[in-house]
Amino acid sequence: METIRLTIDNKTVEVPKGTTINKAAKEIGIDIPVLCWMELHDLNIENRPAGCRICVVEIDGRRNLAPSCATKCEEGMVVRTHTTRVLNARRTVMEFILSDHPKDCLTCPKSGNCELQTLAHQLGIREIPGQEIAAMSTYRKDTSPSIIRDLDKCILCRRCEMMCNEVQTVGALSAVNRGFMAVVAPAFEQNLEHSTCTYCGQCVAVCPTGALTEVDHTPEVLRALADPTKTVVVQTAPAVRAAMGELFGMKPGTLVTGKMVSALRALGFDYVFDTDFAADLTIMEEGTELLDRLNRFLQGDKTARLPILTSCCPGWVNFFEEYFPDLKDVPSTAKSPQQMFGAIAKSYFADKIGISRKDMVVISIMPCLAKKYECQRDEFSEDGNPDVDFSISTRELAAFIKQANIDFNNLEDGDFDAPLGESTGAGVIFGTTGGVIEAAVRTAYEIHTGKKLEKVDFTELRGFEGVRSATIDFDGFPLNIGIAHGLGNARKLLNDVRSGKSLFHAIEVMACPGGCIGGGGQPLHHGNSEILKARAAAIYEEDRNKPIRKSHENPFIIKLYEEFLGKPNSEKAHHLLHTQYFDKKKKIVVKQ
Amino acid sequence: MAREKMQILVCGGTTCSDGQGEAVFENLNLEIEANALENDVHVVHSGCFGLCSMGPVVKIVPGNTIYTKVSPDDAREIVSEHILKGRKVERLLWKDPSGNTLVKEDEFAGQKKQLRIVLRNCGIIDPENIEDAIAHDAYAALGKVLAGMKPTDVIQVIKDSGLRGRGGGGFSTGLKWKIAYKNKADQKYVVCNADEGDPGAFMDRSVLEGDPHSVLEAMAICGYSIEAGKGLIYIRAEYPLAVARLRTAIAQAKEYGLLGKNIMGSGFDFDIEIRYGAGAFVCGEETALIHSMEGLRGEPTVKPPYPAESGFLGKPTNVNNVETLACISPIILKGASWFAGIGTERSKGTKVFALAGKINNVGLIEVPMGTTLREVIYEIGGGIRKGKKFKAAQTGGPSGGCLTEKHLDIPIDFDNLTAVGSMMGSGGLIVMDEDDCMVQVAKFFLEFTVEESCGKCAPCRIGNKRLHELLEHITKGKGTLADLDRLKNMCLVIKDTSLCGLGQSSPNPVLSTLENFRDEYEAHVTLKKCPAGQCKDLMEYFIIEENCVGCTACARVCPVGAITGERKEPHHINPDICIKCGACMEKCKFDAIIIQ
Repeated sequence: METIRLTIDNKTVEVPKGTTINKAAKEIGIDIPVLCWMELHDLNIENRPAGCRICVVEIDGRRNLAPSCATKCEEGMVVRTHTTRVLNARRTVMEFILSDHPKDCLTCPKSGNCELQTLAHQLGIREIPGQEIAAMSTYRKDTSPSIIRDLDKCILCRRCEMMCNEVQTVGALSAVNRGFMAVVAPAFEQNLEHSTCTYCGQCVAVCPTGALTEVDHTPEVLRALADPTKTVVVQTAPAVRAAMGELFGMKPGTLVTGKMVSALRALGFDYVFDTDFAADLTIMEEGTELLDRLNRFLQGDKTARLPILTSCCPGWVNFFEEYFPDLKDVPSTAKSPQQMFGAIAKSYFADKIGISRKDMVVISIMPCLAKKYECQRDEFSEDGNPDVDFSISTRELAAFIKQANIDFNNLEDGDFDAPLGESTGAGVIFGTTGGVIEAAVRTAYEIHTGKKLEKVDFTELRGFEGVRSATIDFDGFPLNIGIAHGLGNARKLLNDVRSGKSLFHAIEVMACPGGCIGGGGQPLHHGNSEILKARAAAIYEEDRNKPIRKSHENPFIIKLYEEFLGKPNSEKAHHLLHTQYFDKKKKIVVKQ
Repeated sequence: MAREKMQILVCGGTTCSDGQGEAVFENLNLEIEANALENDVHVVHSGCFGLCSMGPVVKIVPGNTIYTKVSPDDAREIVSEHILKGRKVERLLWKDPSGNTLVKEDEFAGQKKQLRIVLRNCGIIDPENIEDAIAHDAYAALGKVLAGMKPTDVIQVIKDSGLRGRGGGGFSTGLKWKIAYKNKADQKYVVCNADEGDPGAFMDRSVLEGDPHSVLEAMAICGYSIEAGKGLIYIRAEYPLAVARLRTAIAQAKEYGLLGKNIMGSGFDFDIEIRYGAGAFVCGEETALIHSMEGLRGEPTVKPPYPAESGFLGKPTNVNNVETLACISPIILKGASWFAGIGTERSKGTKVFALAGKINNVGLIEVPMGTTLREVIYEIGGGIRKGKKFKAAQTGGPSGGCLTEKHLDIPIDFDNLTAVGSMMGSGGLIVMDEDDCMVQVAKFFLEFTVEESCGKCAPCRIGNKRLHELLEHITKGKGTLADLDRLKNMCLVIKDTSLCGLGQSSPNPVLSTLENFRDEYEAHVTLKKCPAGQCKDLMEYFIIEENCVGCTACARVCPVGAITGERKEPHHINPDICIKCGACMEKCKFDAIIIQ
């Protein structure tokens, strides 16, 4: 590999050709502050507009300061990262940025986790000269079912835009207007709700300030808990336990399943259940559907639609309803685990404890912001009563626990309640990319072949590459599997399905890079992909620790079918656990 | 080609035709028909003569008689007197600022200092007639290149000529071509930057309107030299006449085999398409221009990579400004040393300036590099209007800097202008006199850049806004001496940290006025006075008791009742009530009211 030698702050460093000054400096322990730049290295995601001008450095022979994030090293370059000129420029630019930023840190949802706040502190800004005569750029606040846009706090780092367009290919956000009035907004400055937004929340996940945040549903949860007439049931998604510890100062990848259960109980939830149970249920339904389509296909039935696409990710569902409505009969009709849980809780379980669904409130704890929208969809309610009443994110739950003075770090481990709290390792791995399809394969293989799996770990389905494929030997039949995480990667596979070129029998899609562990409701990763990898490792660790690792072996699932549903894909199961999709392609309507 | 005995050239530039130029053109044609002169006299639209303040302009050839401020009704007299009887219409003849009658362009003192290379055919040929252009050497250079020059030969000639980019940057055109040539690719592009955005500058428009073939030819020569098969002209949609002339010219050039496949039988293919811009100033920056052409938001990106490496659709792209391209054919035909013999040591050839402001002859001029500001203002520009005193000249458009009296004798070229804190820019030249407040001037220019910043980088987006606010603060008399230091620091940081040329130059008007007119700034912040009497908030209307006869006219005209006093007694203005509208001063017949 061709290397380049240069001098940074009088130290010589040798780096591969193409390395930026910022990264070269990091090699020798010089941390040049950045603001707009962000990278998820293992996912090949980088935001480099060179717009904030905070990371500028002095390069000998150049007239102007250069952005170290976007300037590549050249042979013999002499770089200085903290001369008086650089420090003055950095401070002045920071003062510019802060002069156009609200000063309501006390009540900002990002306070304490805001990259702008951290940087202002790091640069030692104590006052903003000229603030008294400085006009602020303002823009209307926009609240959608999942996401709040407060553009007064936007610093135009353009990370959200990069995520939305380049990574997710959703195209809901881009810069509009110019100069001081430039903002990032949907086309025609519509509200998010009327844009192509899928609520995947990746814009929120990367926003350095409080410009993009989730809609906070904890007040509604508190109200339900305080209502003595309500039985409040909570379900927790698999990826939450692998990440929430970070918000209590724990190392990324620390599993906090037991503490989370105890905390929820301490908060006053009547039943603490597990979405993993519903994930096992999803496998029963989706796996059966896969086998049904596969068998029909093998018997020459031309109407059997293959590949089957997973349908547990609500951001992904929104995406194909918007961009691929012509393929809406291709995904599995199985509801997502969140919604399966709600449907079972408010029927089977409500009957069991002898209350009506109206007296039950189902709360979900999700790593996801699209779940907030999903539980509000009309088809997931009965007589106006939703199967899942409110969905709160990992971040919201952590804040709630802190508000309630619960000493999370020192909690004893608790156990989920029965019967909807029992799950297998297959349910757990839903939380990371490749997990849903691995869980499905574990069950489908045994049902299809009638043989016991010798090894349940399908490592060929794991990893972080954006699009992956693997072939699993189903007793002589090669089952071709495709996996995509990130909607841009999903689009590639979908285009092949649309054009009939796809050779896959089953495709798993997760909207967020990394899967649910990288969801829009998770603790912020601030561009550190090591955190995502640690969360994925924790998910697989939880799977390994489970005594049962195949969904169809979950005794409570077996009991649920015996007592209530009959068998997978039965009429009752269809009524409660399956859904339909709609053509939601946006039409542009110009309002006067 | 058949040529008529006589031609009546009617300026078809936007300024003239937006006036009554179109009606003049039509009436002249009607008169020619009425007198059955169609076979002898041809009325044509020509490009801009550069006499924009005197339009509509009509020129009679042969004889080169120039008539100015022609109205449609004058058509009959021009035809009956000049064409039929050979007598000049005295009252319409061109007069210089002193009232002397001029007949031909070369009789005008200002014209003697001029040298027309870029504007060589403007006002001479019919821009809608390719044969007329060919008769004036259009496509001869392309023929010369295709007949026997290698791409590298052409690049060498351009390099040796010393031609530097006229869009503002002043980068060596030959070197730019060489880099684009060296980057090999299956497809390359030649882009003509016709996104002329400097307010008051219209030389590119004039070239496109008056001599579009000169640009098409140069693009083809560039295409041959860098091995590009496709040319794109990025032009602002607000230039409808230029667009129409370009379309006509492209169609005619294709018809004549001068564009398209196998040009002049040489095997070289080159096509040109037009792309429209929405008029954003920042789209004159080449990376922003390219993004705009790609259908993306018109925003600059970090260089490197330069367009020559990765430009339009990721392919090597050479972007040249209209004026730069207009120099190419003469260089090829007359040789590099001819061009290099004109101008100063490091700035060769000529430069077109758009003269504007408090100057007698407003319009387009083309002078050799190295001409002094004094020559431009006093000899070509006819001096300052109303005999006022020269104070400053802003060169380089809104992001240039102000030159003062001490700079009058500096030879104007790229490097000298940069050295004194201004720049060549695209060639706007706005003259200011003693009545102009330099703080207001800086604020005025900054208003434009604040408006035109794309918003991508923080220093330009927010910094310029803060500069403007602080200037506003100062003109209101609320500034302090410390504010001047802060102003300067902000300027330097914005220049030092902005992403593209817009932000890197936008503080220039502030910095150069601060440098050259510091006393004026200080008067605003310490004495709370505006020496030029332009800052409303710092003015006070005052009645000189000795002069006041107590006529009460001022008190009656004052809209807010700020003036009191008995009849036949001196009056008094209450400054707390006064809104500084100036009505009293206008009304007073005794010069009793003054501004302090």
